[in-house]
Amino acid sequence: MELLIAPAPQSAAWSRRGVPACKARGQEARGKTSGSRRRLPRGWRSEVKGLLQTDDRIALKEITRQLHLENVVGDKVFGSFAENLAFLLEALKKGDRSSSRPVLFILDEFDLFAHHKNQTLLYNLFDVSQSAQTPVAVIGLTCRLDVLELLEKRVKSRFSHRQIHLLSSFRFKQYLEIFKMQLSLPEDFTDRRFAEEWNQNIKSLCEDRSVEDVLQKHFCSSKDFRSLHMLLMLALSRVTVSHPAIKPTDLLEVSRLCTMDSKANILHGLSVLELCLIIAMKHLNDIYDGEPFNFQMVHNEFQKFIQRKSHSVHNFEKPVVIKAFEHLHQLELIKPMEGPSVRTQKEYQLVKLLLDNSQIMDALQKYPQCPTDVKQWAASAFG
Amino acid sequence: MSRYFTRLKKRRVYSWIGRPSTIDRKLKHVFYEGLCIKTDGNANTGCIRPGHYILIEGDEDRSYVAKLLKLYDDGTGTRSSKHAEVQWFVRFHEVPQNKRKQLGRDPHPNEVFLYEIPNCDSDIDAETIITTVQVQHLEEDSPFPAAQSQENPLYVKLSWDGKNFSPVNLDLLLQSGGKPMLPASSHTDSLPKPDLEVSRGLAVDSPSRPTRSARQQHSSTSKYSQSKELSDRQPSNVISTPTARKKLQLSNSVKPPGSKLTRDDVLAELLDEDRAVSSLEAEVTRRRAVASKPSSSPSKKPRDLCIRLSPIRGGQITQDHQLANRIQIGPRLQPEELVKRTLKRESGAESTEGETPSKRKDSIKKDAPLDILIEDGGEAGGPVVTMTPRSRRKSAQVSSARIRQQLNYLNRNQSTDFDVDDDEEDVFLPTKKDLRSSSEEESESESESESESVTGRRGSRSAVPRTPRSSRKAPSRTPAKTPNKTPRRTPSKTPVPRTPRTPRHATPSIPSRTQPARKPGNVLEEARARLHVSSVPESLPCREQEFQDIFNFVESKVMDGTGGCMYISGVPGTGKTATVHEVIRCLHHAAEQDELPSFCFIEINGMKMTEPHQAYVQILQMLTGQKATAEHAAALLEKRFSTPAPKRETTVLLVDELDLLWTRKQNVMYNLFDWPTHRQAKLVVLAIANTMDLPERIMINRVASRLGLTRMSFQPYSYKQLQQIITSRLNRVRAFEDDALQLVSRKVAALSGDARRCLDICRRATEICEFSSQRSGSGLVAMSHVMEALDEMFSSPYITAIRCASVQEQIFLKAVIAEFRRLGLEEATFQQVFRQHLALCRVEGLSSVCMSEGLATCLRLGACRLLLLESSHRDLHLRVRLNVSQDDVLYALKEG
Repeated sequence: MELLIAPAPQSAAWSRRGVPACKARGQEARGKTSGSRRRLPRGWRSEVKGLLQTDDRIALKEITRQLHLENVVGDKVFGSFAENLAFLLEALKKGDRSSSRPVLFILDEFDLFAHHKNQTLLYNLFDVSQSAQTPVAVIGLTCRLDVLELLEKRVKSRFSHRQIHLLSSFRFKQYLEIFKMQLSLPEDFTDRRFAEEWNQNIKSLCEDRSVEDVLQKHFCSSKDFRSLHMLLMLALSRVTVSHPAIKPTDLLEVSRLCTMDSKANILHGLSVLELCLIIAMKHLNDIYDGEPFNFQMVHNEFQKFIQRKSHSVHNFEKPVVIKAFEHLHQLELIKPMEGPSVRTQKEYQLVKLLLDNSQIMDALQKYPQCPTDVKQWAASAFG
Repeated sequence: MSRYFTRLKKRRVYSWIGRPSTIDRKLKHVFYEGLCIKTDGNANTGCIRPGHYILIEGDEDRSYVAKLLKLYDDGTGTRSSKHAEVQWFVRFHEVPQNKRKQLGRDPHPNEVFLYEIPNCDSDIDAETIITTVQVQHLEEDSPFPAAQSQENPLYVKLSWDGKNFSPVNLDLLLQSGGKPMLPASSHTDSLPKPDLEVSRGLAVDSPSRPTRSARQQHSSTSKYSQSKELSDRQPSNVISTPTARKKLQLSNSVKPPGSKLTRDDVLAELLDEDRAVSSLEAEVTRRRAVASKPSSSPSKKPRDLCIRLSPIRGGQITQDHQLANRIQIGPRLQPEELVKRTLKRESGAESTEGETPSKRKDSIKKDAPLDILIEDGGEAGGPVVTMTPRSRRKSAQVSSARIRQQLNYLNRNQSTDFDVDDDEEDVFLPTKKDLRSSSEEESESESESESESVTGRRGSRSAVPRTPRSSRKAPSRTPAKTPNKTPRRTPSKTPVPRTPRTPRHATPSIPSRTQPARKPGNVLEEARARLHVSSVPESLPCREQEFQDIFNFVESKVMDGTGGCMYISGVPGTGKTATVHEVIRCLHHAAEQDELPSFCFIEINGMKMTEPHQAYVQILQMLTGQKATAEHAAALLEKRFSTPAPKRETTVLLVDELDLLWTRKQNVMYNLFDWPTHRQAKLVVLAIANTMDLPERIMINRVASRLGLTRMSFQPYSYKQLQQIITSRLNRVRAFEDDALQLVSRKVAALSGDARRCLDICRRATEICEFSSQRSGSGLVAMSHVMEALDEMFSSPYITAIRCASVQEQIFLKAVIAEFRRLGLEEATFQQVFRQHLALCRVEGLSSVCMSEGLATCLRLGACRLLLLESSHRDLHLRVRLNVSQDDVLYALKEG
């Protein structure tokens, strides 16, 4: 598995003295976190996450807690931010290479730490790693490629500029291997016979043409494992006692689920009136080239259609139409414009349609028992 | 703020006594044989003569101890024309913190050290003298006397020469003043010290004085016992009390019982006559101890008199004591402690008449060690309590609490004191909230950090000047006044955080490692260790000029004992901090070799504090070890740097990352640069920041002006310098090919001139070399390795990232570019790009994707910042921009 390019030099350096700050980074779901957790020796480590420790104050407390410094009482850290910082720095300063235990800091969502005020935490961690104090290694994990630009210049200068990019540079063949490996049962699975059957099934699955197509499509759209896992998870959940193996059809079905257009699906659940409003909006979009519109305009458009085709579509009262319009708003198929028009009356508030023409046409094709007039109206160039 | 200066409000008036004895013609100095100090608002005067040990106004509420050598007037006639020459003593806390360990034992709270640094300024303004104090010399190995009352004499065992403690050269001590360690009274008494001890011992052991011995053993903070001791030891000690005052009190005090009174009177008369020559020793000392507290209440005088009178009667000291005590029994001498004592020994009923509240208060103040009362139980305490009106007791309690604080301050390290306080609390405790709070405060100040004791002290002091006035004007008002004061003091205590804080004695430390650190095994590892930024090089090459400039600057300031500022700028990684540290190292070395006065170095870093005002806290902590809040620390520092202190050694303050100390009002920076301008501060500030024009850009005029024009700028290293730095660090460890070194340094010099970066690259190159040599062999870091390291560090990750992206992501990027071309803009909405995307899919023969998938692709590219996106709630109308140049994208996609 490609999980880590975590190089030998690094772990060697780790056991000797503080590795200067180094950052692993890659796109999301490439195994940055699990990799760094797995490969590095179980030393003294402190792991903080940018999404949980949203500022330096909390991060410091968390670090102090994880390091079990002496100002930790039970599981709590007392004292002000300033005290905590001074304490931690003092602690790290007192240590030296030969006598104190090396400390590993893992900063998950590293880019978020760069947004903390003054980047105090980063500066201090880097500074310790660059000076003859307690040996520390700082590992930052992020998916942003431009994270260095976020660092202040004095922080950047202290950063060792070692970056490990975890990019998924594999080909489809390897992807297939991974797929197989993920699904296979281990050798020491309790039910031997089942495991053999299962693995056999997986093997044949990999050779199936349609499965390969599904995976190929998936591979094209995204190489990351999180989406592959999602796909496999859905497929696996179809396995029952009566249906003890994954069939190619399952995968096809699941793949269809995964790649479904969510908005088009919503359109299928709309009433005819709401659909008519959507079509009116589509026409408005065509006429005005994407400019925002308000309810009144939509209503006018709708009225024109009604007048032409009064025999086939029931004429609705205006309040009913407003209600339908609001419903569309709630479904977030339309979105009010930001800006000064926010406070105006509902009917005149400017909105935009969040649907593409192609989506609307697709939905109309699949809409059950759609009146022909409505379909024609949608297809016609102008209202 | 004003609280800090309350002591100054109590003015003392100084006048010469005796005729001008010697005239130094050249200097027009007129020498005098004594100095008379008269405290404002207090009719007492005291006389100080050469040979006396004196307390001198110090900084941070501490007084300095010195021995007076000469008194003279420089003839200029200005206010500060009175001068005194002194031999300094230092208290333990004045010894620099890093040297304190050399004492090798815990200092006695009352211990002082003879200050033997030759070039110390021994000439002081005579008007800073506060009072006299008693100093005793002890043999180095002899124990300190057991009785440790607050007023106990100070003890000298060792001398301090700025580096080491050494036994006191007694000759030196004697030579200047002529008088040995006795508190300098003017009289015939030349009893050598041992005799005094004996005599005191006699008094203690004397079976006829149980209470006395108890008091002395229990010691304590008693003013009374102190004055008693003083009188024991200095038979000839006499008080000078203004006649008028004494008259008054004589007339006030009532019904003298016969012979004793007459004797008293006679003695008093004698004293009056003697006044001009007599010194104020005990009296003054007491006054000092009680925080220069009133001592003015009329009725106190007689007691003092009678106490001190006794010694005059010649040799048999113990008898004198008895006599003195007997005199005190007389009802006209009602000081409370006397009352109590007599109560104990005789019938308690006799003495309370004529007692004024203020009197009572004073006496209780003095009567801190109430252990006597405790010992003797209710019989002694009972009558007193019943006899005293409640209000008096209140005021007494309040004031005694205050006194305790004060005493506490005087020897705050004395732990025995604590017990006594507890005892006192037991006596007084009933219901008084303020008392409790003050005792809390006190115990805190004892057990906790200095700062709190400072707070407490400050509070007590602020209340002090009021007392004399009120007691003098209208004694009956005192009780009413005291409650007013109490709340005022309480707030001063509030800075003391009662909230749970970090465990008191938590030591910041990292546990030790289980396995020993590995030693570098081969040349490359050795080189790597040497190249690490943290390893301290033997010398700092290429910064010789800057080093010299800074060195000269700091050295001259330290030599002259003046202050100054220097601003050092330069881009990161140009060796600013390292150079300053190197300078300090050299200066410390010079100071150790005695080529330079010693100085203390402290360092703060704008990045290592949570907000600018923390700078004060850190400076204070490093200077004195005190902990305080930012505000309080600022006040303390301000005070420290603005009060004269001749013995203070120069402080060199390094302020790193100065720009982070910027605040809207810029008061932190202002203070940092203002302090050095004080003559007495002896502060040298070295400020470091990155930008050369920082003073002009962010500082307001008054700050920039104080920073001055001593600037220094560190230029980025040139490639030759970088090369030299690496070579000198490697120090003949041959690990690099010369070409490789040159490549690294040229590359870095062209980019930033950051030495850190240069070292990082070299380290990485050694790693690569090590890795590859496992397969191939050659041990030297060659060009190829350096190139690889450079590539790793400097190559942009974008192109690789694009190449590794999934097909859909790549197509989306293409679509973005196509849409940009179509629009002629560098920005498009997702909807527009997606149409292009679908078209491209069709061209490429890929199955089309739906909108949801497209959006997910787009967001993935946004997360790794190949694209810059708005927040995704805008959905279709999300605006998309490229974070890479179009050429890069096309290049990456073409190759791929």
